Amino acid sequence: MRVEPAEAGGSLSGVECAWLPTGDLDEDSAGWLRRLGADGGQRQAAERELHARLVRIALAEVRRRAASTPVTGPELDDVAHQAADDAMLAILAKLRDFRGESRFITWAYRFVMLEVSSKLGRHYWRNPPVALDAGQWERLPDRLGIDPERHAESAGILAEVRRVVDEELTSHQRRVFVAVVVDGIPLDALAARLGLKRNAIYKVIFDARRKIRRALVANGYLEEQGLEQR
Amino acid sequence: MSERERLERFLRTDPRDVGCEEAMAVLHVYVDLVAAGEDAAGRYPGVAAHLLACGPCDEDFTGLLAAVTSG
Repeated sequence: MRVEPAEAGGSLSGVECAWLPTGDLDEDSAGWLRRLGADGGQRQAAERELHARLVRIALAEVRRRAASTPVTGPELDDVAHQAADDAMLAILAKLRDFRGESRFITWAYRFVMLEVSSKLGRHYWRNPPVALDAGQWERLPDRLGIDPERHAESAGILAEVRRVVDEELTSHQRRVFVAVVVDGIPLDALAARLGLKRNAIYKVIFDARRKIRRALVANGYLEEQGLEQR
Repeated sequence: MSERERLERFLRTDPRDVGCEEAMAVLHVYVDLVAAGEDAAGRYPGVAAHLLACGPCDEDFTGLLAAVTSG
């Protein structure tokens, strides 16, 4: 059992190590916590070093994702810097939540990933390649990775998918499914546009997939084998 | 893989799937296990199922793994 924080919120200065679960930590993680929990210059140096690392990781991450986002050039670098800044704030605010279940730096970098995803989702709408509610059904085979030479073979079952989407999904499920699956709008971008969390969008897609699959099985387009359990 | 199998795979849902929120809550733990060569999927089957089905969460996983293994 680890020691709980001595107090919640506020500056870490002056509470040096009283709450830190350093006993079971690797040396690097213990060092970070010790320095970030120290007073004055040592803490400031640790914060500067951590922030520099977060910026480096964020820049690498947005470049890794560059091919899958319409955000480009200086705006992409801006996203990285904003993500690093906000990740830094979140890390300092939640430092006492760190329980040593992972290395400290992995825990810290996780905030960068979440911020990069969130910010790329929001920035998507500055220059979106496809509008919300476009409904590009003709592109569904490509979205599903179906070989163009076999589109005709798949036409019947895809028509049934569309019928189920049109007739059996709720309007919210239909809008989300069409946006993400048919139009290829990134899930985080749709979440930002609709003011929802990623998980809420994912759950809608999850339920829609299950509903469509059940309809395809019921109508003989797919076999029941492997149908999800409840 | 046939076109029908491809569609079937897309539509198939895994009841072990824990969803984005739970998966992201332990992403750092999962990534450290993977980076250490441990059986992360065996320890967290619901997270593994989710990462297979959720592109954005898998992107976060891939990015975090790259970050911690790049030094």
